[in-house]
Amino acid sequence: MQPYSERVMDHIRNPRNIGEIEQADGVGEVGNPVCGDMMRLFIKVEENRIVDAKFQTFGCGAAIAVSSMLTELVIGKTIEEALRISNRAVAEALDGLPAIKMHCSALGEDALRAAIRDHLSKKGFQPCVCGGLECPHRYECEERSHARVHAREAEAAREAAQAAAREAD
Amino acid sequence: MNRIYLDHNATTPVDPAVLEAMLPYLREAYGNASSVHEPGRVAREAVDRAREQVAHLIGAEPREIVFTSGGTEADNQAVRGVLELARTPDNRPGHVITSAIEHPAVLNTCQYVAKQGAAVTYLPVDATGRVKLEELAPALTPETVLVSVMLANNEVGTIQPVGEIAPLAHAKGVTVHTDAVQGLGRIPVNVGDLGVDLLTISGHKIYGPKGIGALYVRRGTRIAPLLYGGHHEKRRRAGTENVPAIVGFGRACEIAGERLAEVAAREARLRDRLQEGILARVPHTQVNGHLTERLPNTVNVGFAFVEGESLLMNLDLEGIAVSTGSACSSGDLKPSHVLLAMGLDHATAHGTLRFSLGRANTEFEIDATIDAVARVVERVRAMSPMYSDFKKRQRAGAASPA
Repeated sequence: MQPYSERVMDHIRNPRNIGEIEQADGVGEVGNPVCGDMMRLFIKVEENRIVDAKFQTFGCGAAIAVSSMLTELVIGKTIEEALRISNRAVAEALDGLPAIKMHCSALGEDALRAAIRDHLSKKGFQPCVCGGLECPHRYECEERSHARVHAREAEAAREAAQAAAREAD
Repeated sequence: MNRIYLDHNATTPVDPAVLEAMLPYLREAYGNASSVHEPGRVAREAVDRAREQVAHLIGAEPREIVFTSGGTEADNQAVRGVLELARTPDNRPGHVITSAIEHPAVLNTCQYVAKQGAAVTYLPVDATGRVKLEELAPALTPETVLVSVMLANNEVGTIQPVGEIAPLAHAKGVTVHTDAVQGLGRIPVNVGDLGVDLLTISGHKIYGPKGIGALYVRRGTRIAPLLYGGHHEKRRRAGTENVPAIVGFGRACEIAGERLAEVAAREARLRDRLQEGILARVPHTQVNGHLTERLPNTVNVGFAFVEGESLLMNLDLEGIAVSTGSACSSGDLKPSHVLLAMGLDHATAHGTLRFSLGRANTEFEIDATIDAVARVVERVRAMSPMYSDFKKRQRAGAASPA
């Protein structure tokens, strides 16, 4: 295996934000001990901004470093900004991971998305039919759920296409 | 930082006396052992002497020793070399019996011959990591040509009943191989007592250099070479002899034989101190492997709620080198095949460390290791979701009325 970077070693030696947040606004749990790694991420959200994050992780050195770095990256970010954090970004912030450990960074991204999903569902947002947390309509309120927004958009697109077809005639 | 090295099953440092023996053959005595002139004869004599030293340690005749590039090559030759010459009457590869806990050098070679059409049976082990002897007889078929079971397991140290396996196989005319790489220098290894036809040993596990090993081939055993070329090693292994490494291997064998009893007793005492210290200081721990039929230098410990590599990395930061049965190294994250074969569940198998002692370890180092392990396990458990859940369950249990 390639050796771990100095930064990874630093986070293994001194992981940041270990523990759990009582009454967290979002909890994401991914992986399981049978597979060899499991991560639980807690986030505290105030006015759409992640003000605190803590983690519990069962896993190798890379999994722990990824968890630790992830909490550092998300604290202070808005939900939108946090959703743009990719597994690659976490790996890069650690000055890279050995190729065979890249899956550990995916664990971090998955935990983050799960925590945000949990947060949004606690606030009453429905998951979007388009499937993505990145959907620009995910903040539509409960009454105007994503499904309806997308249906309306689809209807508008159909009408536009029909109008274009009529003009072509 | 004073490093504490407890990974002697991975490799050992070269003994200074071994290095001394090798140096002339890296400097002025550079002859090719196949050359008939004086420099060649000097090299040949050195190789012959080393062959005697190696043979002496395992109770073999010098001509039964084939030098190889190491244990992996010797294991490859044992399996593939026997299979190549022993085909079934309808010209298919013969049947091989091995164990579920072999070193990858045997295991992956068996998988290779299986792909070439050979039938392979993997004998199961019990919870202590010992091959189930009663499974051998039913597995032997008229097409069986080789039984290969390791002498002692590298991960948990469990010693295998090779001496009982050999007569069962021989009764059916089947050749017997054992990978004795981890046993050599730690327990007595004698090809006569074991009754095996082929036996693998390696230099760097016994304070010799890397890149040298040997396959013992009992006289009369039919085996093909892996490498073709010159007439070296009685045509069993072509290639100019690695004279300095062979000389070092020979000297390492000599020292291993002289010191075997003393070293084994000392390592066992320190190993037991380490084992007892860890079990006493760290809750939710277990020893994996056989408690008596075990290499004197090895102990494999399972720590609940945590993963082995993170323990390993944290111990490394404290200057202590060990190894783990958890290989978080691929998409599927499979833990040690040895621990799984022993019946450990995946989560437990992921949380293991192997400590393997050597000649130079001291009581002071062992005590420092016990302290470090207690510290590190506590630190890593503090970030474990499973430990957190366990603690909560415990508190809830204590709070609720009985």
